[in-house]
Formats: sequence, C-alpha cells, structure tokens
Amino acid sequence: MKPAAFDYTAPDSLEETLAVLGEHADDAKLLAGGQSLVPMMNFRLAQPAMIIDCNRLRDLDFVRQTDDGGLRIGAMTRVRSLERDLKVERSAPLLFETVPWVAHPQIRARGTLGGSLAHADPAAELPVVALARRFRLRLRHTGSERWVDAKDFFVGLLETTLEPREMLVEVAVPPLPRRTGWAFTEVARRQGDYAQVGVAALVTLGDGGSCRDARLVYLSVGETPIEASRAALSLVGESLDEESFAAAAETAAGSEIEPTSDIHASAAYKRHLARVLTVRALRRATERAWAADGGAR
Amino acid sequence: MSQTHTVVTTINGERTERRLEARLLLSDFLRHELGLTGTHVGCEHGVCGACTVLFDGEPVRACLTLAVQAHEHEILTVEGLAPGPEHLHPLQQAFWEAHGLQCGFCTAGILMTLVPFLNENPDPTESEVRHALSGNLCRCTGYQHIVDAVLKAAAALRARDG
Ligand SMILES: Cc1cc2nc3c(=O)[nH]c(=O)nc-3n(C[C@H](O)[C@H](O)[C@H](O)COP(=O)(O)OP(=O)(O)OC[C@H]3O[C@@H](n4cnc5c(N)ncnc54)[C@H](O)[C@@H]3O)c2cc1C
Ligand code: FES
Ligand code: FES
Repeated sequence: MKPAAFDYTAPDSLEETLAVLGEHADDAKLLAGGQSLVPMMNFRLAQPAMIIDCNRLRDLDFVRQTDDGGLRIGAMTRVRSLERDLKVERSAPLLFETVPWVAHPQIRARGTLGGSLAHADPAAELPVVALARRFRLRLRHTGSERWVDAKDFFVGLLETTLEPREMLVEVAVPPLPRRTGWAFTEVARRQGDYAQVGVAALVTLGDGGSCRDARLVYLSVGETPIEASRAALSLVGESLDEESFAAAAETAAGSEIEPTSDIHASAAYKRHLARVLTVRALRRATERAWAADGGAR
Repeated sequence: MSQTHTVVTTINGERTERRLEARLLLSDFLRHELGLTGTHVGCEHGVCGACTVLFDGEPVRACLTLAVQAHEHEILTVEGLAPGPEHLHPLQQAFWEAHGLQCGFCTAGILMTLVPFLNENPDPTESEVRHALSGNLCRCTGYQHIVDAVLKAAAALRARDG
C-alpha cells in the first residue's frame, strides 16, 4: 500500500460533508479530483487521518448561466467538462481558452475547478484565470458562508484563506465587459507539464479605440498567481499597439514578477519568456477586443 | 489492518464485489487483487500514463484513484478492449501492424487514452494525435510509430463505421 492508512467517508450531501469536516478539521482532507492530493499521499508527503471524498456531491458539479451574463460554476466540476461546455465558451472565453493547458486529458478528467483553486499552486493555470477575471469564491462551513474575491483568496505558496473547516463550494464568474478581448498563453517543456511561465491578458477598448482597462496575470513567477498592475495601468489611455505592448511587457517582466531559477530554466530566461509571452497575449487580446467590437478598426 | 469498505464495480463488463481498504489504489486493486496485470504502473504520481484506464468511459490515472472510488462505477482496462481472444481492437491491430510498441510497458495506457480520443476525434491530424499523447511516456519508440499506428487505426475505424 502506498498511502498511509486513513479513515474514509464519501458523504452524499454537502451538509454532511461540512459536518464531518467541521468535526475533523485538523486531521481531515477533502478529496476532490485527487490529482494533487493522491500523489502526495502516495509519497506519504501527506498523511491525513481522514479522507472526505467529495465525488458523490453531484450538486457541486454544474455550470449555470446567471441573468447578468456571468456564470456560476460548482467546485466539483471537472476541468475536462469545462473544456466541453458551450456556456463556458460563450461567457468565460478566457477560462475556455485556458483549460486545455491544464495538465493532460487524463488528469483533467478527474481534476476539479475547486481542487485546482484550493490547491493554489503558483504554477497552475486556473488560479491565474480566477484572478484575471475577478472570480468570487463561495466558502462554506456548517451554518455559515462567506464570499471571497480571488485577489484575497491566494495568500501564499499552496496557501489560501480557506479555514481548515471550510470548503470552497462554487465560484461566480462576472460577465465579460463589452469590447473586451482575452488571451492565455504559456511555455512548458511539453504540452501538459507545469509551465515555466504563463500569462493571461485582458484588454477593454474605450472610446476612440484606446485602452480603457487591461489586466495581466502570470503563473510560475512567484508564490501566488502574480498580477502586474503597473504594466496593465501603463496601457490605459494608450493606443493598443506594438509600442505600448513592449513597454507593458518590459514593466511586467522587468520589475513586477519574481521568477526563481530551477532545473528547467534560469530566472533570467523566465523573464525573457514573460516579455515575449506578454506581447503575444496582448496582441491576441487586442485583436479579439476589436473583433468583439464588430471588427471595424 | 484498518477499516474496510464494500466496493462493487463493473470491470470489463463484469460485476465485482470486494471488501477493500480505502488506501488501496485502483491500479493495485486491478493488478494485485484481480490479476489484471495489463494495466502497468510506472511512476505512481500521475506523470507516465502507464496506468491509464477508462472510468465511466473517461481515461483516468488508476494510480491517482482509490479503488473505493470505483464503487458503483464502470472500469475498462486493456483486457476488456479486444472483442474476443481471436480478434484485436482496431487500435491494437494498428499498433501491431505499424510497430507501435517495443517493450510494451506504455502500450496499455496509450491504448486506453486513445480509444476514447478516436471516438471523439474520428479524423485527427498528426498534431492532434501528438497532443493527445502528451500524457503518456514511451521510452522505446520515439513516438513516431505510435502516431503512425493511431492514424492508421483512425482510418480503419472510419472505414468500419462508415
Ligand atoms: C502529472 C500531473 C500534471 C499536472 N499538471 C498541471 C498543470 O499543468 N497545471 C495545473 O494547474 N495543474 C496540474 N496538475 C494538477 C491538477 O490540475 C490537479 O488536479 C489540481 O491542481 C487539483 O485539483 P483536484 O480536483 O485533483 O484536487 P485534489 O487533489 O483532490 O485536492 C487538492 C487540495 O485541495 C483541497 N481541496 C480540493 N477541493 C476542495 C474544495 N472544494 N474546498 C476546499 N479544499 C479543497 C484538498 O483537500 C487538497 O488539499 C497536474 C497533476 C498531475 C498529476
Ligand atoms: S503509474 Fe500512474 S501515471 Fe505513472
Ligand atoms: S514501448 Fe517501451 S515504453 Fe513504450
């Protein structure tokens, strides 16, 4: 047997899940897709005394359109089903573009949106989208709930504001503002591996076609997903062209991210990747913003 | 021994009922308890793909799934792929014909990944096949013959299914 022994329960309802979690918070782990937790248990890096398997909570596997044009997505929704969901394609195109970059198809078939956000790996794609698109996260424990903004949720390396007895149950994706373009891109040694650097970009056109709003969020360049606010701000009011892209990329890659060297790439190389990927993502996002605007330039 | 759980699953079309410890991985259950050693185990942390099986029709890592999680679900392993002892599945046949394997360690996981892939993508490009293979490591073939085999199988399946 690879994992150490643990008690196992697979509740049928959320209330029961929260009750068990509340009672055993200190030594229990929620099991979602298991694609991060089970490897750690196989290596015995994690030895929870109790596993609370969430895979029977069908109620948490959903994608729902909201009246304002946004989405609600249940925490137990598999990454693979996001990839196939027309509502996601229509209302959360940045998320839709990003999901195929998450691991391999076999991992996505089990891995969940909630698990990926709760695990908070700085190399993961979905936390970057959550931050760029200002997801709100609904955290519950028995008898109580709170909504947290993505920017307040990720607090450190594999660390979130989740309390031990709390569970992430769903996320709210706000509607994409009008005249907004999006793009996600990354560089990994092999499709599906954790990326060396990745970036999500959003741009919104204002009157006359200059930039009204922009966002740039990076993965694998710090302890959490990293938002480059100064670089994004430098675009506001400017025309979206190669010159402003290059300046924003320089600000972000030069001073807002903090990549560290590892066996695959030096910090300097990662900054170089960030610079190149930022320009590509901004270029693509801008094209899409114009297309969303009716294609007239 | 710690607590055990009743696990009822359908494996390759056959209903199986066992009492199992929760910490038993699906990969070890298949191999050690059921003797279905066609599912291979390379890394046990989700990287190599050798243990890929179908869980309700979706390819998953058996090494990252607990056997208890298969309760009331359907598992298909490579042993269940061929229609009978005298016939190979068209994808297996294509691997045979195109030299898609050498030592064969990776083969079961690759077959179980690509059977559902071909159902969803009956006419894939070479690049799509290579992407679909991204979660499976092969130390022998250099992948070229695997890609050839998959394209060959896709053509055979299209001809068969019209
Ligand atoms: C080979 C391999 C490659 C991978 N590559 C990538 C990659 O490129 N990019 C990427 O982003 N990820 C990658 N992953 C990780 C994968 O996407 C994970 O599935 C994901 O990060 C965790 O989701 P999960 O549903 O499997 O969570 P689990 O592994 O079940 O859980 C992870 C942690 O989150 C907690 N948790 C889970 N759900 C909740 C919840 N609803 N509320 C509170 N806590 C919860 C668990 O208790 C546990 O501590 C890879 C994994 C493997 C094995
Ligand atoms: S043994 Fe499961 S992926 Fe390697
Ligand atoms: S044939 Fe030997 S590992 Fe693929």
